[in-house]
Amino acid sequence: MPDQAVAVLSRNQMAKRLADDIPEGWCVNLGIGIPTLVADHVPESREVLFQSENGILGMGPAPEKGHEDFWLINAGKQPVTLRPGGSYFHHADSFSMIRGGHIDLCVLGAFEVAENGDIANWATSENDSAPAVGGAMDLAAGAKRLWVIMEHTTKDGRPKIVERCAYPLTAAGVVTRVYTNLAVLDVVPGKGFVVRDMAPGLTLEALQARTGATLHAAG
Amino acid sequence: MIDKVVQSIAEALEGIRDGSTVLIGGFGAVGQPDALIEGLIEQGAKELVAVANNAGTGHVGLARLMELGRVRKIICSFPRSAGSVVFEELYKAGKIELEIVPQGTLAERMRAAGAGIPAFFTPTGAGTLLARGKEEREIGGKLCVLEEALHGDVALVEGWEADRWGNLTYRRSGRNFNPVMAMAAAMTVAQVDRIVELGGIPPENVMTPAVYVHRVVRVPSPYGSAAPAGAAAGAAA
Repeated sequence: MPDQAVAVLSRNQMAKRLADDIPEGWCVNLGIGIPTLVADHVPESREVLFQSENGILGMGPAPEKGHEDFWLINAGKQPVTLRPGGSYFHHADSFSMIRGGHIDLCVLGAFEVAENGDIANWATSENDSAPAVGGAMDLAAGAKRLWVIMEHTTKDGRPKIVERCAYPLTAAGVVTRVYTNLAVLDVVPGKGFVVRDMAPGLTLEALQARTGATLHAAG
Repeated sequence: MIDKVVQSIAEALEGIRDGSTVLIGGFGAVGQPDALIEGLIEQGAKELVAVANNAGTGHVGLARLMELGRVRKIICSFPRSAGSVVFEELYKAGKIELEIVPQGTLAERMRAAGAGIPAFFTPTGAGTLLARGKEEREIGGKLCVLEEALHGDVALVEGWEADRWGNLTYRRSGRNFNPVMAMAAAMTVAQVDRIVELGGIPPENVMTPAVYVHRVVRVPSPYGSAAPAGAAAGAAA
């Protein structure tokens, strides 16, 4: 476990840390789970176009209680809103946007990310009982950038940042950055994980101890 | 006079045969033609291949159809939603066949079927478990996998408005898979909240043109057109 002096980030702090790196004007698709929280941390004044795989561009935040609209949900099937300027379209159009390279950034959760940019986030074994892939493979193959947001280790302390993924891949060589509760890592082709940022109070040695791949200091 | 409007669910589903591939619209509960699925349970066709994004929840609708042993195989992208208990049990017991397809590939396979494209290469899923047994080829420096068009014998879709020619609109994110399923099936049946006069849908606003739709039945939506969620959603209504 991290030392007591280390300020481990909460899920919302992780989401805020990632949201701070999204510039105005980007079109962004958020996966289900922690990625969904990212939208809550982009201020309305910074215009970002959120795309939802079920056919929404310009998705807004969750509605106030009592104002939910049955007909308007996100990829996680939670009620959302539409910002002025937003639009609806069908699934083939939605995935044309995704596959066709029109999405600037996709944020996904993951079981594992490897130093070559491989991501595994849909099945935990070759004979997984009923794996559920959803839109993850399309997003991983088609977005201009893929950032992963996840806990640095599993609940029982095993590394999720690894040399090579053990779980079946979602896509090969596509992840460019990872945000965890302990650090922000860039995935640099030919080099591997470069530490961009660490939780306050954490040393590179302590971070390395919780990581299954070699970490490189920035610079 | 062309009039595709029928007066009952039974009439809308007449003639669906055992062994049919049935495309079922919706993403979760939104845009899912509940009344037609219930009608299919009554109608009795069995040995069905169901194509839907999710594998149903609880013990109603698609889940009920599966529970009754009427679905031989399901083709979907995300069978493991919260509450997909019937599917989980049948799958564990080996009583239902599953074909997992990435969501965008699922949509595109049906669009291709409707568009007369027998197959296409896509980078989605190339090099993964889901490409096993399929032709892979490097195109423009990218590894791609060959995916075949997915045709339906029947599509069950939920629209918002229809006219007697079968032109359709959809409501908000209820559009999702419905238009591509309407394109991909030999017979498309639409349940809609309201039927309007011919010409009542502004031509620029028709989302599924009449040629793709064969039968229309009015089923007022329990979710109706209640005030939308906030001014923002209202602006786009």
